[in-house]
Amino acid sequence: MKISFPGFRTRSCGTLLLTECSAGVRNVGCSFSCSGCVSACTLVSFSTVLGCHPCFRLNMFSKGTKRKFSDGDEELSDESLVGARVASSYSLQRQSLLDMSLIKLQLCHMLVEPNLCRSVLIANTVRQIQEEMTHDGSWHMVTEAFCGTGQSPSERLVATEVLCRSREQDAEPKLFSVISYEGCREEEVVADETLCSVSVSETVSNVCLAGRIGQCWEKSELSDVERDEEALEDSRLGSGEDEEIDTEDGASTEGPKTIGQVFGTFEIKNGSPGPDSALEELFSDVDTSYYDLDTMLTGMQSAPKMGPYDLLDSLAPSHSSPSIVSPPNCRSDLNELDHIMEIIVGS
Amino acid sequence: MPLFVPVSFPPSERDQKADIISTVEFNYSGELLATGDKGGRVVIFQREQESKNRPSSRGEYNVYSTFQSHEPEFDYLKSLEIEEKINKIRWLPQQNAAHFLLSANDKTIKLWKISERDKRAEGYNLKDEDGRLRDPFRITTLRVSLSHLFQWHFELQVQPVKVPVLMPMDLMVEASPRRIFANAHTYHINSISVNSDYETYLSADDLRINLWHLEITDRSFSILYAISDVPLPILLKHVLPYIVDIKPANMEELTEVITAAECHPHQCNVFVYSSSKGTIRLCDMRAAALCDRHSKFFEEPEDPSSRSFFSEIISSISDVKFSHSGRYMMTRDYLSVKVWDLNMENRPVETYQVHEYLRSKLCSLYENDCIFDKFECCWNGSDSAIMTGSYNNFFRMFDRNTRRDITLEASRENSKPRAMLKPRKVCTGGKRKKDEISVDSLDFNKKILHTAWHPKENVIAVAATNNLYIFQDKLN
Repeated sequence: MKISFPGFRTRSCGTLLLTECSAGVRNVGCSFSCSGCVSACTLVSFSTVLGCHPCFRLNMFSKGTKRKFSDGDEELSDESLVGARVASSYSLQRQSLLDMSLIKLQLCHMLVEPNLCRSVLIANTVRQIQEEMTHDGSWHMVTEAFCGTGQSPSERLVATEVLCRSREQDAEPKLFSVISYEGCREEEVVADETLCSVSVSETVSNVCLAGRIGQCWEKSELSDVERDEEALEDSRLGSGEDEEIDTEDGASTEGPKTIGQVFGTFEIKNGSPGPDSALEELFSDVDTSYYDLDTMLTGMQSAPKMGPYDLLDSLAPSHSSPSIVSPPNCRSDLNELDHIMEIIVGS
Repeated sequence: MPLFVPVSFPPSERDQKADIISTVEFNYSGELLATGDKGGRVVIFQREQESKNRPSSRGEYNVYSTFQSHEPEFDYLKSLEIEEKINKIRWLPQQNAAHFLLSANDKTIKLWKISERDKRAEGYNLKDEDGRLRDPFRITTLRVSLSHLFQWHFELQVQPVKVPVLMPMDLMVEASPRRIFANAHTYHINSISVNSDYETYLSADDLRINLWHLEITDRSFSILYAISDVPLPILLKHVLPYIVDIKPANMEELTEVITAAECHPHQCNVFVYSSSKGTIRLCDMRAAALCDRHSKFFEEPEDPSSRSFFSEIISSISDVKFSHSGRYMMTRDYLSVKVWDLNMENRPVETYQVHEYLRSKLCSLYENDCIFDKFECCWNGSDSAIMTGSYNNFFRMFDRNTRRDITLEASRENSKPRAMLKPRKVCTGGKRKKDEISVDSLDFNKKILHTAWHPKENVIAVAATNNLYIFQDKLN
């Protein structure tokens, strides 16, 4: 059984490039050379973005894999060996895709005005991956693959480690278990070797949602106040960061910002009934007054307009409040409209 | 399939970022070709009239007018810069000697009038020979004097009045903004489309669609037709500002955006809009003032065997175009072009693979953001062929009747003037034949997003980043 995961290929050794396209393609991560051969490449350069040394990490991973399979293969059948390797490879790739998506969503904060379509598509991808991860219970497989080797958690794949994992894990896998901002701080990514010193828990769901997904495309509606708040958070977090970042924008200050926004100000959520409500709980700190700002802004267009239909203006009930209306309001307005039409037509 | 030869080459390779062409559009007669670029400029090309004197210049397009349409702006309320990049240009049908077009950036639409002047008036006698303005009272003087009682003497002094004469001058093409439609879009405008009544047009952003009247700039409209079938258009801005509004009350629930919209070429009350989930909705403005209920819903069921995490992204529709006949519409998603019969909603009638070899590269393309590239597509005048762009400066044409397709390249190196364009082929696997290009060698920075086909003839315009290529059918 072979699971094909689009876009991933393995390279034998030498310079590890993120993309397999022609040289003209822009790489988000950086290219670096590994001392030894690597047997599997995933999107490790995103670890670079997140401030770690992936090369070292990758070597450890690959050696560990080799060791495991060479030592233990007399006990395992070939088929399950291949199956386990493929399955864990798929999970790793999926995890990497998730991380990549989260980073993209973070980066869109930095842009002048984010492309809403792109943000929505990336956010949908993130949701999709996380839904699948919950249903799979796939973290079981990942932990099994690694636990046997006795590798210390710090040698695990960078991608999973950068995202802080909750210390208080429940028995069942949780989709959006995150830790509070304060607790996370001690585990933040610093310097090179040791990443988050996390304990291996039986059931892992260490997805730390970039909770600002919703805010990503609200950015165009955010006022300066909100952005100042974020900048404040970032500056608090950013002190100990080792910044080996080579993002598209080339701004070296994006590293700490990225981490800061990944962690955000979340609380531990327990017993969330399902992905959607967990999502909403996470976003519950979003100030909904900005929606009003938006409606106010768009309503402002209509306010000063004077026209030949002022009579209708005064008759319409919802005129005072600028209206980007939800459908129920529209329909009642349309009923009013019909009424007005009857008056005009003189029926 | 017509055989294309290059007609016009860009004068020189230009690498300025502001010169990236962002839209290409022929006018209704095909005589004029407008391009917009990232720097907010519009360049209009005009086709040379064929003349016996210069048969070699048969149908060349030369620069007719250049003007700055939009300037960068800063939105102080949101602390965001508004790009001046021209997202779309649409021509209005010509009604008099002047030409009109609509150009849109992210937030503002402008109606431009392009008019010619080849004569100027000379001989105004408002100035002396030495250039000084004459005292107007000296030009014609009527003096009245009362010399005797009850007798009026009139002395009329009249300077000879010279009537100004029109003298020929070098042709001057002037562009002037006639209307500015602003402050109606919170999100980025992705489409504008002129209605078949030639009085209204629609503009679409990520979440809303506005209907405008070309004469009225301070508001956009909904159209409500009265209960009886007699159309009684009441223009109501305050109650229903948009004809389509898909913004959810809670922005975190947003999972789908509008990607393109177009008016039906003949039925002025019908329009379609496409979404990021690969669906198309056809709306009839007569049905409701707010078209939140579509008349038709087009969606192809997903193929479960090819499902991946990127399925939704690659199904996002980047362009939708009605055929000239109005019977069909064409949608472009990341890997394919689909032709839909307006009477069949559950699947397209034709599907053409543009670059299926990219399916195995989707993760890399996601990583470098190429998967979000918005390719456009276009019909030829008779609706028998369709064209769309790809990477490596390749563009593809599909003949709907013969089902043949061809891949051509828009590059200076690989095409000589007057020589037929050589078909290109991408090697998808196995042994690479001579002249084939392997998928890994494709340059993903060279993308052709914008193409246009002359409405009557086999002349095509292809925008390759900074350069505009115009190709013509050799047999013409």
